[in-house]
Parts: sequence; C-alpha cells; structure tokens
Amino acid sequence: MAAADAVIQKGRKVLKQPGAGSSLSKRILKHWQLYLLILPSLLSVIIFKYIPMYGVQIAFRDYQPAKGFMGSPWVGLKYFQDFFSSYQFSRLLINTLSISIYSLLALLPVPVILALSLNETRWRFFKKSVQTITYAPYFISTVVLVSIIFQFLSPYGLLNNLLGLFGIEKVDLMANPALFKSLYVWSGVWQQAGYYAVIYLAALAGINSELYEAAWIDGASTLQKIIHIDLPGIMPTIIIILILNTASILNVDYQKILLMQNQLNMEVSDVISTYVYRQGLVSVQYSFSSAIGLFNSVISMILFYGVNFMARKYSETSLW
Amino acid sequence: MANNKQILSHSDRIFHIFNNLFLIICFIVVFFPLANVVAQSFSSPASVVSGKVLFLPVKPSLIGYKNIMEDRELLSGFLNSFIYTVLGTLISVALTVTGAYPLARKTFAGKKVFTWIFTFTMIFNGGLIPTYLLVKDLNMRDTVWAMVLPNAVAVWNLFIARAFFENTIPDGLYEAAELDGCNDIRIFTSIVLPLSKPILAVLVLFYAIGIWNNYFDGLIYLTKASKFPLQLVLRNVLIKSQMQTILQASSGQDQSEIMALTEVMKYSIIVFSSLPVMLLYPFIQKYFVKGIMIGSVKG
Repeated sequence: MAAADAVIQKGRKVLKQPGAGSSLSKRILKHWQLYLLILPSLLSVIIFKYIPMYGVQIAFRDYQPAKGFMGSPWVGLKYFQDFFSSYQFSRLLINTLSISIYSLLALLPVPVILALSLNETRWRFFKKSVQTITYAPYFISTVVLVSIIFQFLSPYGLLNNLLGLFGIEKVDLMANPALFKSLYVWSGVWQQAGYYAVIYLAALAGINSELYEAAWIDGASTLQKIIHIDLPGIMPTIIIILILNTASILNVDYQKILLMQNQLNMEVSDVISTYVYRQGLVSVQYSFSSAIGLFNSVISMILFYGVNFMARKYSETSLW
Repeated sequence: MANNKQILSHSDRIFHIFNNLFLIICFIVVFFPLANVVAQSFSSPASVVSGKVLFLPVKPSLIGYKNIMEDRELLSGFLNSFIYTVLGTLISVALTVTGAYPLARKTFAGKKVFTWIFTFTMIFNGGLIPTYLLVKDLNMRDTVWAMVLPNAVAVWNLFIARAFFENTIPDGLYEAAELDGCNDIRIFTSIVLPLSKPILAVLVLFYAIGIWNNYFDGLIYLTKASKFPLQLVLRNVLIKSQMQTILQASSGQDQSEIMALTEVMKYSIIVFSSLPVMLLYPFIQKYFVKGIMIGSVKG
C-alpha cells in the first residue's frame, strides 16, 4: 500500500519514471490485462506484416511451393542480377520515377493554393460549398475514378460533347500513350486536391491571430499576409506531406495504373509495382518478382530516412 | 480575417475578385464531370450516344437503372461488398482500439517496443508476393477472411486512436478508476470507450470506405465470381468491358441499340455503386476532418 500512496501523492511524476519504486515485473503483472488487450492487434501485425518480411527471403532462393520458404535452394543475388540486366529495368525505373515526380510536383502546389484561397474568401456559404465539392472525389473508389476518366474521354463522353459545341472534331485521348502520364497525374490532382486542402486549412486555423492583427495595423495587403503569415505558418505541414510523398516515390498508385494500363500505353505506363504484379501473380515467378519488390521496399526505406534526415537538418521540421 | 467591416484597399478588392473567380473555377472543374455522369445515367440511350448530354438529363429515362437491377453479378457484388465491409470494419475497429488503448497508458511497460513494432511496418514491408504466398498457405484464398484479415490493422489509424485517447482522457481518470478498484479492461469498457465515440466514428468511416472501395484484394485472392466484391465486378464490367451477362438481358435488339444501352448502363453503374458512400458523405465530411485533425496534432 505504501507504493500506492506514493503514487497518489506524487501523481503522474512517479508513473512517468519507468524504473521508479515498484519493479518492472510488478508493474507488468499488475497491468497484465493491457497485454491481453494489445495481443490481437499485435498478432495481426506479426502474422500479416512480419511473416511476409521473413518470407521475402524467397527473393534469394529458387522458391518451390512444395519446399516452402526455408527449404527452397539458395541462389543468392541471381534474381536481382536478372532484373538489373533485363532490358525492362531502365524502362520501369524511368516510368516509375517520371510518374512519381510529375505527380509530386503537380500535387504539391494545387492544394496549398486551394486552401489559401478558401481561407481568404469572405462568403461562408460559398466557402463551404467549394470545400464540400472539392473534397468529395477523394471518396470515389479507384475503379469508379478510372471508369469516369474512360467515360469522360469516350467518343460520347463529356469532353467530346463540349468540344462538339465549338465544332471541334472528336478525339480519342485514351488511345494516345503520350497522354497517359498527364491523365494519371491530373486525375489524381482532381481527386486529392480537396483532401490535402483540408489538412492545410486545419494548419491555417492554428495560426496565431495576433499575427494577423499586427499585420492589419501595419497596413499589410491580403497578398502580403498570405506570403508573410499564411505560407510560413503552414510550411511545417507542407514539409511533412512532402516527406511522406517523397518517401513513397517508388510506390506509385499501382492499383490505379493497373486499371488504366492497356497494350497501347504499356511502354509508358509499366512501372515497377505493376511489373511485380504481372511477373508474380500472372506469370507465377514468385522469386523473381519478390526480388523486385524487395528492391522497391529497400529503396523506399532509404529514401524515407534520407528525406527525413534532410528535413530535420535544413528546416527543423521532420517526422521525428 | 477577423474583422469583416474593415475597409478594403483597391488592391485587396482586386485580389478578392480573382480569388473568388479561382474558387468558382475549382468548383466547376470538380463538379461538372460528376454532374455529367449523373445526367448521362438518367438520359435515354439515344441521347447518350448522340453526344448531347452535358449537365442535365436529355430525354430522361430510367432504362439504365432498370437494366442493372436485373444484373445478378452486380447485385451479388453489392451484397458481398456489404458483408465484407461490415465484418471487416468490426474486426478492424476492434483490433485498432484494443491496440491503441494500452499504448496510450503511461503505466504500460514496453510501450516503446510495441510502438516500434507497429511503426516499422509503415516503413518497410515484405511486399506483394510474400504476403500473397502467406494468404495462400493459410488457405484463406476464396474465403471472406482474405478480404478482411490481411490489412485488418492500419497502423496509421491505430496511432490516430492512441493520440485521441492521450489527448482526451486525463491520467487522473485512470488513477481514480484504479483506486476504485477498476481493472484495466473494466476501465477500457466503462470509461474509455464511452468517452471515445468521435474516434470510433472516425475509425468506422476510415475502414468502411477503405474496404468498400478496394478491388485489388479481391483481384488477387478470389477466383470464384460468386465471391467478388462490387469493385471487382465494376472493374470487369466498366474497365475490361465484360458486359456479356448484362447484354443477355437485351438480346434481340440490334447492335447499335445494344451499344447505346451499354453506354447508359455504364453511367448508371457508376452512380449506383457510389450511392452508399455518397449517402454517408455528410457524416464522412464531418468525421474525416476530425480524424485528419487528430492525426495532424500528432503529425
């Protein structure tokens, strides 16, 4: 009971110190129910996330289903060498990087501008309407989004109907591989700009209102307020989103690309992750595609740490 | 900002004109394609293929909807998705809150280790193929479990829930409950959960929409068409243009009529399949924003 009394008297301080007072094992025993509670989610993550990490060793083995992860013969870096020396490699890497960077550059400024703009409008109802509508596409499923793109561009779709109003002849944009990347990127901007704008609006709401009062007294124009108060105010949020997006630069939205892919645009639309899907699950080359997947994961992890490190060093904002 | 009555300078007035103009353009760019899809779905097949439909139905008709209601594949997809979504959301939310609650307790020894175990899965993963092989080895393919278990815990959501518990439930409350002889599970069910309705709503919506909108797990784990979720049926019908079953309903008509009908039906399917999410949209908007805020506090 003495220990309990100490806890009451000193309150949180005692609880915060891990080694203080009662021993660790006592604390674990006393709170065994917490371990029981965390067990299901922990098991779920260990089974469905950590076992596949262990299973990724098939990238170094000639995987044969009958022999399992451990029993299959070791082949070392064979599949990595196969991949790096294949004629596909440079094409996949270039497509992946160009689609990601294009996407990154397009998706960064649009939501920032949208949020700043929404923040400035004085008509509350108007602001709410624009926000509601621009946010809605985020909840459309990938399949429906891609169908809408297809229908939009079809010979009887909205685009051609509008062009028809101006007497312009019908065009078939889906058949043009040169436009694949732009379609992918700008439909993504269309879908996600409202979502990211909400994040920036939340950040804008957190800016100290004294700053605006000071600016008002100094006679700053709206544009000056945006440049000198709003933008610096949301810069940490922008950097965090940039970190997250840069780290996932190799993880393009392959579920969407897979839907938009066809024989005509394969040359520009094939990326590392769609190739992994095709080689692994369509052509059943488990080891080869695991190796490519592992390559992808490792580069992503390095990028994640690298970008976070740079952000911490140069901007004082980082994930940790 | 704060003072609406402040007098605008000349340059500010110009700024506001352009600003509102920009917002109107944003509104149009997002709204009109959506309005067009709805308008096309309610138009007659002939008007759709003649390219007359812009933002209002032309010669309004329900023929597209009438035809998709007779399509078995689509309805079974709808039903399957409903089952996967309800079951999956229940499992995911239960796992997420029970996982997040101990991590929010200061008295929980090993907090750092457990947090790290969860965090690491966000940074590195085994990839598509090893995960697929695991699901295959567990004989989960072609079962409902493949749809709801592999991604049951979204670590990001778990951290949002933890942040919510940490921010809304003061340590003093735990201490008081412990003094009253409450055990940790009792504290969770009688104190924490009743105080956590907003985060439960956020998690339910996050997970439900994620599962409802997912086609990929169905594509890789399911082979039996009778188990396909709606999104996979949609993919086959809308994107791979496998309209055979649907076309049977309209056999006996000539080729161009069938094509026109198919076109309307595609629009009707898009609207029909988005209906559940759109009906929930007012709630979604309210709670998703809240969820994002909680997430960004922790950031």
